[in-house]
Amino acid sequence: MRWAVIQFPGSNCDQDVFHVLKNVLAQEVDYIWHKDSSLNGADAVVVPGGFSYGDYLRCGAIARFSPVMSAVKEAAAQGKTVLGICNGFQILCEAGLLPGVLVRNTSLHFRCETIPVRVEHPGSRFTREYLTGQVLRLPIAHGEGHYVADDATLDSLFQHKQVLFTYSDLQGRTTPEANPNGSQRHIAGITNRAGNVLGLMPHPERASEKILGSDDGLGLFASILLSIKG
Amino acid sequence: MIRAQVIVRPRKSIFDPQGDAVCRAIQHLGVSAVKQAHVGKCIELELEGDDVAAARAQLETICKDLLSNPVIEDYVLTLQPADKK
Repeated sequence: MRWAVIQFPGSNCDQDVFHVLKNVLAQEVDYIWHKDSSLNGADAVVVPGGFSYGDYLRCGAIARFSPVMSAVKEAAAQGKTVLGICNGFQILCEAGLLPGVLVRNTSLHFRCETIPVRVEHPGSRFTREYLTGQVLRLPIAHGEGHYVADDATLDSLFQHKQVLFTYSDLQGRTTPEANPNGSQRHIAGITNRAGNVLGLMPHPERASEKILGSDDGLGLFASILLSIKG
Repeated sequence: MIRAQVIVRPRKSIFDPQGDAVCRAIQHLGVSAVKQAHVGKCIELELEGDDVAAARAQLETICKDLLSNPVIEDYVLTLQPADKK
């Protein structure tokens, strides 16, 4: 299968994602520059983390209007897999591919650490390698990861099993102390209603090799592979 | 020429961590009468032409699509004709 990794000015996790896909999972991967309008026939698209356009105005607000985003929206509409990590999650929200928005962490601090993240549903194309309630150790690195949406949207997200990841403690309890950014209902990652677009704040690509301290994130990429191979 | 000003504010229903921090800093400095602070943005634009109504119509779209995010923010757009410098 073929992957596209989008590069915006200010992306900084593009090479990490590329490395995991190419060298760890032996996939075909292309970098796609933000001014390109084609994804080279990719089956799956990753919008990586970083600080696209310096995070000016709002995180993801300017990247949303990049030419490549039309191609990403088209791929999403076709049911292809779209994965937004950290700044990529913010961009997908701004682009309207995912509901809600990510705002400044309640603490105002930039949080850069490895934290426990609980898997809510293993039924999705992003989580089938995991178990319900499994607690992963994944790094976060963000100042604006506080997920916000109105109550009706939040209810709907849970009702339709679109919340795939939440912040928890190591025992899987979603306590206020385990929430690193003030996210509403501890949300760490959500999909669209169709289930083919995922955005999450934690970085699975930084936890895909044991030598880096955790390979708990590899299951997310492996799940996508499994779902596309069938 | 037309000058436009866009004030973008966090919605009152959304917790504003910056406003909260600013409010607490003000209180810490001894002005305890301040009970709330909201931090937004002021964006100033200069436009060619003198058709204020047409400019307003274009900028309303820009305000909704780019300058603010309606999920968390409100905006106020004001325009006025300006003399060239």
